[in-house]
Amino acid sequence: MIISIASGKGGTGKTTISTNLAISLANAGRQVQYLDCDAEEPNGHIFLKPNIEIIENVTVGVPEVDLEKCNGCDKCGQLCQYSAIVSMKGTVLVFENLCHSCGGCMAICPTRAIIEKQRKIGIAEFGKSNGVIFGHGKLDIGAIQTPALIRHIKEKIQKNIINIIDAPPGTSCPVIAAVKDSDFVLLVTEPTPFGLNDLALAVGMIRQLKIPFAVVINRSDIGDDAVVRYCQRENIEVLLQIPNDRRIAENYSRGVMIVEAIPDYEKKFLKLYEDIEKLKGNYERIGHNKR
Amino acid sequence: MKELVIISGKGGTGKTSIAAAFASLAKNAVIADCDVDAADLHLVLSPQIRQKSDFSGGKQAFIRIDKCIGCGACLAHCRFGAVVQDDSADGLTTSGVKDCENCEVCKRSCSIRNHTLIREMQQSMGLASPTLFRIDPVACEGCKVCVEFCPVKAIDFKEAVNGQWFVSDTRFGPMVHAQLGIAEENSGKLVTLIRREAKRIAQEHKKDLLIIDGSPGIGCPVIASITGADLVLVVTEPTLSGKHDLERVAKLTKNFGIKTLVCINKADINPEMSRNIADNAAKNGLKVVGEIPYDDSFTKAQIMKATLIEYTGGEIAEKIKSLWREVTYELG
Repeated sequence: MIISIASGKGGTGKTTISTNLAISLANAGRQVQYLDCDAEEPNGHIFLKPNIEIIENVTVGVPEVDLEKCNGCDKCGQLCQYSAIVSMKGTVLVFENLCHSCGGCMAICPTRAIIEKQRKIGIAEFGKSNGVIFGHGKLDIGAIQTPALIRHIKEKIQKNIINIIDAPPGTSCPVIAAVKDSDFVLLVTEPTPFGLNDLALAVGMIRQLKIPFAVVINRSDIGDDAVVRYCQRENIEVLLQIPNDRRIAENYSRGVMIVEAIPDYEKKFLKLYEDIEKLKGNYERIGHNKR
Repeated sequence: MKELVIISGKGGTGKTSIAAAFASLAKNAVIADCDVDAADLHLVLSPQIRQKSDFSGGKQAFIRIDKCIGCGACLAHCRFGAVVQDDSADGLTTSGVKDCENCEVCKRSCSIRNHTLIREMQQSMGLASPTLFRIDPVACEGCKVCVEFCPVKAIDFKEAVNGQWFVSDTRFGPMVHAQLGIAEENSGKLVTLIRREAKRIAQEHKKDLLIIDGSPGIGCPVIASITGADLVLVVTEPTLSGKHDLERVAKLTKNFGIKTLVCINKADINPEMSRNIADNAAKNGLKVVGEIPYDDSFTKAQIMKATLIEYTGGEIAEKIKSLWREVTYELG
């Protein structure tokens, strides 16, 4: 089972839901892995406080040019869509930070003057935390290849256990890299105009990816009922509502999870998981019927 | 003309509410919403759209099924998993031909690569249709490698529309904003476009300030929104997550050599953490120019489609006005 927690809007509580769900499942004896794919600003470690056992450098391939073999034809520069390689006056300039690692320049070079070298874009760390298998990625400052780093973290997904993916905010390429191939997506929102606007964008994205999903409303009593009405209109299940609670906010600020501060919440997170399994099952049955 | 960018590292700290409040305090500014994949500023500023344009962040590959011979060169070259094999038909792997053992020597060694020839061969072998490949537009990064290596030129490379951008009027002046298409990429390019247009409008209308609402994170849209700006204001919150993310985003602005100020929103949620963040900021050469207490007027103003300055006259408005004075002072 692969569950992604995404949101559209930032700061709605993705990490709160992911970490609390992970720890609740682990406490109930389930095998669970938490993978923080918000590689630009990973925060799950603040709450799960894992023992890191493995640290890996994450790299992407970028071109390296052997100028002795280069005949200056600039086929590489003409093919490159990202202006990452330019050949001029007997020299070749490579702008590694613009490179998307498509391999085109290497493949097209008639004199085989280009080989691929590895450039570090960040690190991946893996370990354990109170029965939860932990992994996260940290993008190097100034690097832009967030999706490549996310794909690296996701290689650790284990099919036979519960995998919880903490996705980045937004709706563009890093989010898609994170939620792709999930069995279920939970969209975390808050009942405000900004929350609703960004929820609708996220729903559009998940529908395009054809993944079953449901909504969690965090700080459910701070705004208006527009999010609930939207979900009713769109036939989207709201699986959990967490009211605004100063205790939760203060504990959050110190890196303390809800289930540690208010243990009663553990039941709610286990119920949340049950509901996810149920909805996933329904979705699969409907899918088969259609075929 | 000066450029002020409001970012946060961590999401949900109040960037957009503060950017909107600044818009209502600025006398002569252009406003740009550069949080293109979750744009919210328009919900408060209610822009009247004057001009609407398509945004194309680049080109995308499209396989023409009528020309494709199913050789699989595109699949072999694509590194983004964007070439999808349609398993309903399988051509040159000769399945269905009597005595074929699928050794694929014919496929690998075909030097003619002439699609009509191969078609004829397939037909003479009694194959219904060749292998079909298609491009998954969500996965395609527009690198053109498949187009280049297709032996029969069956792949088109066309401008893809990735979103729309708008030039609008608001009650506080001109605004440039955008909507990235669903599941689209190239948000960095769209941010660059928005900033360029906003600057052009600012010069045209002799505006002296550009207020930019940025996105969370430290990745390509954030880099595109701060490169070459005059001043960055980071809005953070007194939580371990806020502190952690502030440190990372401050390293980024330092790398780019941009003067950076910090505002701590919801400061009273954890006063000790607020002090800690302020101390650390000072050590790293960042100036804390404002602390704003937690207040539900942030949410209520949103619901009323109003800026904080318009919605409330109380303490919060005073705090934001004082923050604005500090920011304009630092802008020079």
